[in-house]
Parts: sequence; structure tokens; C-alpha cells
Amino acid sequence: MHIIQKIGLGIFITALALFTLSLGMGKYQLSEAALAISKEYHKKEIIEKAKANGLLDKRYESNFAFIADLKKTLTDAQQSLEEKAKNGIPEGVYEWDYRMGNTKSYLFGIVKSASVGPIAQNPIRWFMLTFGLGILGGLLYIFPKFVPLPGIKNNGIYHNSLTRGLQVNIRQLFLGLTIVGTIVYGIFYMNHNLLWPAITTAMIGLITWLVFFKQRSKENNPQRSASPDVTGWLGVMTGVYLIGFYILLYWMPEYITSWVVMVNPLSLSLSGNGASQWFLYGTLYTIIVLVMGIRMMSKYRHNVYQVVRTCSVMFFQTAIAFLLPEILVRLNQPYYDFKNIWPLNYSFFFDYNLDTLTNSGGLGLFMLVWGLALMIIGVPLFTYFFGKRWYCSWVCGCGGLAETMGDPFRQLSDKSLRAWKYERYIIHGVLLFAVVMTLMVLYTYFTGNYQVLIFNSDSVRTWYGFLIGSAFAGVVGTGFYPLMGNRTWCRFGCPLAGYIGLVQKYKSRFRITTNGNQCISCGNCSTYCEMGIDVRAYAQKGQDIVRSSCVGCGICSAVCPRGVLRLENSSIDVDTRTDALRALHIKDGEWTLTQ
Amino acid sequence: MHIAIIGNGISGITAARFIRKLSDHKITVISAETDYFFSRTAIMYAYMGHMRKEDLKPYEDWFWKKNRIDLKRGFVAKIDSQNKNLIFKEGANMSYDKLIIACGSTPNKFGWPGQDLDRVQGMYSMQDLDGMEAASADGLKHAVIVGGGLIGIEMAEMFHSRHIPTTFLVREDLYWNAVLPEAESKMVSRHIVESGINLQLKTELKEIIDDGTGKACAAITNKGERIDCQFVGLTAGVHPNIGFIKESAPEIEVGRGILVDEKLETSVKDIYAIGDCAQLRNPKEGRRPIEAVWYTGKMMGETVAYTVCGKVKEYSPSIWFNSAKFVDIEYQVYGTVLAKAPENHASIYWEHPEGRKSIRIVYDKNTKEVLGFNLMGIRYRHEVCEKWLKEKTSVETVLQNLGIANFDPEFYKEYETEVIKIYNQQTGKNLQLKQKRSLTAALKFLRKAVGSRQ
Repeated sequence: MHIIQKIGLGIFITALALFTLSLGMGKYQLSEAALAISKEYHKKEIIEKAKANGLLDKRYESNFAFIADLKKTLTDAQQSLEEKAKNGIPEGVYEWDYRMGNTKSYLFGIVKSASVGPIAQNPIRWFMLTFGLGILGGLLYIFPKFVPLPGIKNNGIYHNSLTRGLQVNIRQLFLGLTIVGTIVYGIFYMNHNLLWPAITTAMIGLITWLVFFKQRSKENNPQRSASPDVTGWLGVMTGVYLIGFYILLYWMPEYITSWVVMVNPLSLSLSGNGASQWFLYGTLYTIIVLVMGIRMMSKYRHNVYQVVRTCSVMFFQTAIAFLLPEILVRLNQPYYDFKNIWPLNYSFFFDYNLDTLTNSGGLGLFMLVWGLALMIIGVPLFTYFFGKRWYCSWVCGCGGLAETMGDPFRQLSDKSLRAWKYERYIIHGVLLFAVVMTLMVLYTYFTGNYQVLIFNSDSVRTWYGFLIGSAFAGVVGTGFYPLMGNRTWCRFGCPLAGYIGLVQKYKSRFRITTNGNQCISCGNCSTYCEMGIDVRAYAQKGQDIVRSSCVGCGICSAVCPRGVLRLENSSIDVDTRTDALRALHIKDGEWTLTQ
Repeated sequence: MHIAIIGNGISGITAARFIRKLSDHKITVISAETDYFFSRTAIMYAYMGHMRKEDLKPYEDWFWKKNRIDLKRGFVAKIDSQNKNLIFKEGANMSYDKLIIACGSTPNKFGWPGQDLDRVQGMYSMQDLDGMEAASADGLKHAVIVGGGLIGIEMAEMFHSRHIPTTFLVREDLYWNAVLPEAESKMVSRHIVESGINLQLKTELKEIIDDGTGKACAAITNKGERIDCQFVGLTAGVHPNIGFIKESAPEIEVGRGILVDEKLETSVKDIYAIGDCAQLRNPKEGRRPIEAVWYTGKMMGETVAYTVCGKVKEYSPSIWFNSAKFVDIEYQVYGTVLAKAPENHASIYWEHPEGRKSIRIVYDKNTKEVLGFNLMGIRYRHEVCEKWLKEKTSVETVLQNLGIANFDPEFYKEYETEVIKIYNQQTGKNLQLKQKRSLTAALKFLRKAVGSRQ
């Protein structure tokens, strides 16, 4: 390793350690002045109970103690409001609103506003010490990679503890724990409503049965799924860290206020509002896409397709997903990510979003029409001309992270036939769930009736957001990068990928062409396919490849040592060229390449 | 009928797969090397950490049972062709109705003193990969590789990927100049050096020194230099692996390889030989009797499958093609491109100023028909080149439509106009490129091919 790389790595680890430790450095003191709650009746009650509990103006050295006391105070305030509600409520206030049903919604904001420690005093310094040093260290580590001759340099990926993956039984343990953990937590998340956790469990059982018995995949031992005998523990630790990060971000943001406080000045300068945990996430996400995008370019700098594509995902993440919505907010317009499409953007048809867009004048209506047009016209049209890649590996934010931060883990995708069978059931299952959930929500929006058959549309959408939006897309989607590859979400879960994939499969000019009979079955293409497509199985027979899951990242073509694969668009013969056996072979007694 | 196949390399496995496609015969594939078929050409990637050993297998393990192809691990000690019986070294017997021998090659050794020491080996089999791993785990500080061919450069790249200093001894004055024209040969030689591999041209191995424990500790060159090393790679070509045939079945006629006719049948009825180990009695014009490459093995496997299933076919390979990768430079060849061009061959050669890409088009000076394409760092379409070559297309037609052959990824710069410029300079003509890179144009061109043949 280059000396500059060693220094870079050292700086990065220091930054990561400071970032992690900063969670425990917060000091908390709740003062009346700092408590930013717009509803006077709630604010008054909370302050009263905080005084009674001795919370107000008391300095806490640890967030655990503070959050525990604060939770008690909020519960007390809630109970008190319930009591008071019996004796009448103030003029012009809804009863459900007055009663402060969900204390969680205040928890994060109060903890953040009560932060008084060293980070709150000097957030910019801490931003530089963590984010800044992290970027510096990362770049120092990356820049020397531009020095050696350009070319595919995958040396040592399977010798590296971070990138070699893990044994199949340990992977199954992680998967099992994650599924069980999600369902169990889901029961609490749904306030002990067992309906949806039960339906989900039944679905998991059904899919497993279909794959194992109906598809006869039980005997197909999955030796291609994961490492046979070694586990890269550094990778496993990284996975655990990422999973932990997502759990805190989605469900316990009150514990990561130190991080949110660090990005507060940036948020104020962009939108004029204080930072939420989502702003923290967006900042972190964008920085990672940018820094790891530079790494991607250092690795594939001889490949113009990869360079252009990486620039594209960096641009869409930074400008369209991160900056533009913040600027819109500053201009008093709705927060809107112009490249996010239903059903990935599953809240597009939720009442609050529709209300916001229809009540925000011309721009709001434009956003509504734009979102609908992308979904109904844009997706089929662009997919017809360019394939799924126009979105998944050029524009999408999830794809952007997968193609930059996720690139070192692309080889960990499961190439077994069994995994493909799972994939087809799960991704189309999620797509169906998204459609059904959205139809229910729209039914409620137009009729005002929450009850759809035996289901409550509000609990359906809450469960979808929890299970698919948070657990699958976030915890598994990114947390499993070092465990199951960088496209776990895109491959198995993303309903938009499912939708675009169907268009790609049945009506698109896109294919990966196999170059005659030049394949040597080496397997680089399959190994580095992040979607787990066994590219070699097609290439060695001379077949062109049209698969609904292919996101057109072009890495199979880049790593092929014999120049066998090319991503192309043309309407001619797209179906016949995917026939089996197009390689040089005997046809009517003659050796021929073309049918 | 029971068809036994000795060897689970690409030839034997292709034969087995096509026999299964064409028939319901019982098939047994025998290998002493591995339980399952793997891609021999990819061994280097397992050592370099690009892939795991499992990833070298093109089919998942359940594939064989599902397709009723029996796999047997064992070493055939004797072929009793009279009773159609195989006798294994381990003791068991196996009867067969038809036998296909696809036992591959073995590395050449030229009687160097010390060539049988530990840590001296070629790079051909799974055992060779294990040998390289063992040597590396045993404190390998310096490796010497002997022989300037395709396996030598792969071995050099393998050690280089693990930062093990490597000296690459090549007998000729340029790398692989028996096959590559001089300009390409120079390009690769330059690239080996710029990649950080110590290339020593015009240098031969004289002797390998024993460290006293039976392991190699140094190589002595013909220039008298002693290179301390803990590993010597012998990659001076391969020859058919027929040692065991000579002993076990002397009735099978052999030359350098197992002699076969056009139907790939040996001198003994119902015994066939394919792939690296086969030697054609009457090769097609311009082709060699032994072609130890992946692609011909694949074609022979398919041909023999038809024959043993009763649809007798002659082995008649199409236009020659091959490919390789020299560290970072990809190489493709279609048709005839000779290192020493005969009098009637003319070539158009364009090289990128950076010296890692080139295009060479060879044509007949008299008839103007195109004869071959040699590509370094640039990808061309196999199907398009093949059609041009088969139809003996005029070089000027080829040049004007050259874009349809281009197979480089999207956004890559196209150099076809540069090639035409060189032709125009050489001949004083004024040709223009009519067609840029385009799949649609290429497919339209290929469709015409099907139409015209019917």
C-alpha cells in the first residue's frame, strides 16, 4: 500500500471513530426557551411535567439518562392531556390532536433542541473533524489509485477480509435474525396489531415453499451463494455497523442527535430550516456517493461508459436528490425529488403529499403531473429505448449508492439458481404489495373511508413504510452490502425495479450482445454481476442476454478478459438473438455462427 | 449405449452436453483432476483473488445429476479396447460402448537440469494452482518464469498481482513473436515492462538449482546469470497428454497426439479423441494438426457428439479465431494474421499513440480480399469479421463499413477512420468510412448473410 494511502486510511479511521464516539459526547439540558413546539397546549403541558419531574434545566451527561427521563415526562404530559380532554378542549383544536397521541414525534426534536454539549457549541468544528476528515482520508486513500496503469484491477478482492463475503450458514443466520427481528419489532411498531406481521410471516413461508418445492430448488445446494469455508469478519463487522446505523436512523433517531447537530449549520444555510435526521442521511449519502464515485472512476478510468455513468449518478444524487429539494423548501415550495418515481417513491399518492402538491400553486401541480408522467410515460418510453439502465444505474439514488459505495461488494451477490427463483417471487410480490397498498390509500383519499374490505388503509401504508420502505430498502438494502452484495434491495425488493424490469424483459431494445463464440467461460462476468445474473451461462452459449433484473451497469463487459459482452440498443432481432445456442455450432452439417 | 469420456475439460464436457441434447445414452465423464468441470482459462483469476475456486465452475453442482451426466473421479490406468473396458488405477472397472478421449495437454519440459524439483511447475491444472498457492504461502520472494507464450504472461501477471517480483525469461527477441506480427509483439513486450514485470528477452533457462531439500532455489540462465528464486514456472508450451495412452492402449495410433480422422475417430473403432490431445491426420488447409485452444476443443466436442449419436459429422472448423489478454491489453484475432507475412499479404496497421491499442487488417495484395484482423485493446465483432472472411470480401468494402465490426463499449472513441487514412496513404485512394459503430447496421448486415445462404 502506498504511504499516502496508509495516511488516508489512518485519517479515515480516526474520523469514523470520532463520528461513532460523538454519539456519546452529547450533553443535554432542556430549557423553556429552546423548546421549539408550535402547539402551545402541548408545550405548556410538557414544560409543566418536565418541571414536576425535575427535568427542566437539569444537565444530563448521557443521552440514555436524558431520553429515559424525557420519555417519562412525555408520557406524563400525554396522560395529563387525556384527563384534561375529558373536561373540554380549547377552541379550534381537534380532539385527537390535543390528546398528543404519538409522543415519539416530539422525542427527536426535543432531544435535539436540548443538546448543549461540545458538539452543540461548535457543530462546524465537529463537522470538519468527522465528515471533513473522513472525506480527506477517503480521498487520500483513493487518489494514489489513479497512478498505476489503467485496467481491471480486482486483485485480492477475495483475499480481503472486507470484501470476501461470508459463509453461507453465517449469512443465513444474519438473514434469519433480520427477518425475525423485523417481524417482532413490527409487532411493537404496529401497536401490537398482529395482522400485518402475521400476513408477512405467511408470505415468507409461502415464497419459501414455492421456491423449495414448486420450483424444486430444495436439492439445488447453493454453493455459489456465499463463501464455502471462510468468513471475512471485517465485512461482517461493517455490515453490523451499517445495520445498526439504519436501525437508529429509522426508529431511534433521538439517539443520533449529535450527528444531526453537526449538519445543522449546513441545513440552515441550504433550506433555512434546522436539520432533521433525514437531512443528516441525505448529507452523508451524497458525500459517500461523491467520494466513492471518485473511487469508481479511478478503478474504471479506462472505461468511458463507467466514467460517464458514474458522473451521472453523482450529479443526480447531488443536484436533484439533495440540493434541489432543499432549495425548493427555501423558496417556500414543496420538498420534491424530481427523479423519484412511484412505486419506489411509495408516499407519492399519500394524502399529505397529494394535498401539498395540489395546494402549492403551479409548481406543485407541475410536480404532480411530472411524477405521474414519469411513471406512466417516462418509464416505458425510456426503458424501451435504453433499457432499465436509464434509471437504475444512471439516475436512481439507491442505484447511485450501490454503484459507488457498493462497488467493492458487487461480487457478493448470490448467483445460484435458487436465488433467482427467490428473486422473482419476492420482487414481484413487493410490486404487487405496493400497487395494492396505493390503491387502498387512494380509495381512502377519494372516499374518506379508511376501511377497505377487512383492511384499514392507514395500517396498510404504515406497515408498507415500515417493512418495505425502512426495513427492506434501508436496513437490508444497504446494511447487507458486505453480506449479500450491493444490490440486495434493487434485486429482491425494489418495486420500481420490478416494474421497469417487466418492460425491459418484454418490450425493450436493450440487450447485452455476446460476441460470437469468444467466451472462455471464465466467470468474471457472473462474479461481478451485482444483480446475481449468471451472465456466463448465456455468454458461453453465444446467447444475447435480456434479463428483467439487468440494470445495465456494464461491469460484466468491463471485466470480460476477452471482450465478449457489449451493452447495446437496437430493435432488430432482439428476441431471436436470445435463443439458446448461438455460439459457433453445427447447423445442417455446417459450422455457423448465425442461426 | 454407454458413452465414457476421459477428461472433464471443455472438450469432454461439451461432448457430454451435446450427447445429452441429442440422445438418451448413458454418459460418464471421468477425471483424475477434479470432481467437477471448471474453466481452465480462469485459473489465474482464482490465484489473483478476482474469483473463488467455486466461481471457476460454469455449472452448479446439481446440473450434472439433473442432466444425467455421471461424474467419476478416477485415473484410467488401462483401456482394454477389445473388451471395451476401462481399468482404473484405483482398481475398479468400467465397460463402455463408445469412448471419447479428451485428456488435454501437459506442459513441455526440455530436459533442463532440476526441472523435476519441487516448486518447479507449469500452469495448467487445478493441482498447478494449488502448487502456486503452496509456494506463495511458503514465503515466495521471487519467481522465475520460462517461456514466452500465453501461459507465461498469465503466470507473470498472477505473481505480479500479489506483489511478488517476477523475472520472465523469453528465448526470442520479442514476446510471442512467432505468432504476433512485430509491431504487436513490440507493444506487448513494452507493456510487460511498463507493468513492472522484469522481462528478459533472448534469455534461456540453463539449469534450476536445488536448495538441498528438493526445492528450487535459483535459476541459471544461458547468459550465466544466477537468479535466486523460490519458484520456477515452466510455460514453454504444451504437448498432448498421451503418456498414459502409450502405456495403456498401445493399439491406439499416436503421433505427437492421438491421431484422428475427420470424424475424430482414432485408429481403434469406437474410440474418439478430441481437444488438445487429438492430432488431425489431415487438417484443413491453413490449419495445424494440433490446435490446443479452448475454442477448437469446444467445436470438436460438439462434432464428436453428433458422430457418436449416429449423425456422423466431419470436423470442419470455420474461420480461425482466438483471443487472449496480455496483462491489461486484450487481444483478438480473426482469420489469418501471420508473424512473418508471405509475399502476397499486405497489411494496414494503425496504432494508438499511447501504444496500447492497435488494429491490423491483412489482405491479399493481388485479389484485395480480406484475410485477417488482429486487434489489440480494441474489440471487434466475431460474426461480422467471420462473414467478411468467409465471403472473401474486398478490403475496400470492409474498410468503408468497418464501423459495423466495432464492439467496444458505448462512448468509446472509434478509430476506424484512422485505419482508412492509413490505407489511403498506402494506396493513394480516397476511401471514406460509410458506417460508424452500430448494432442495427451490424445486424442488418448479418441478416443479409442468412438470406443469401438460403
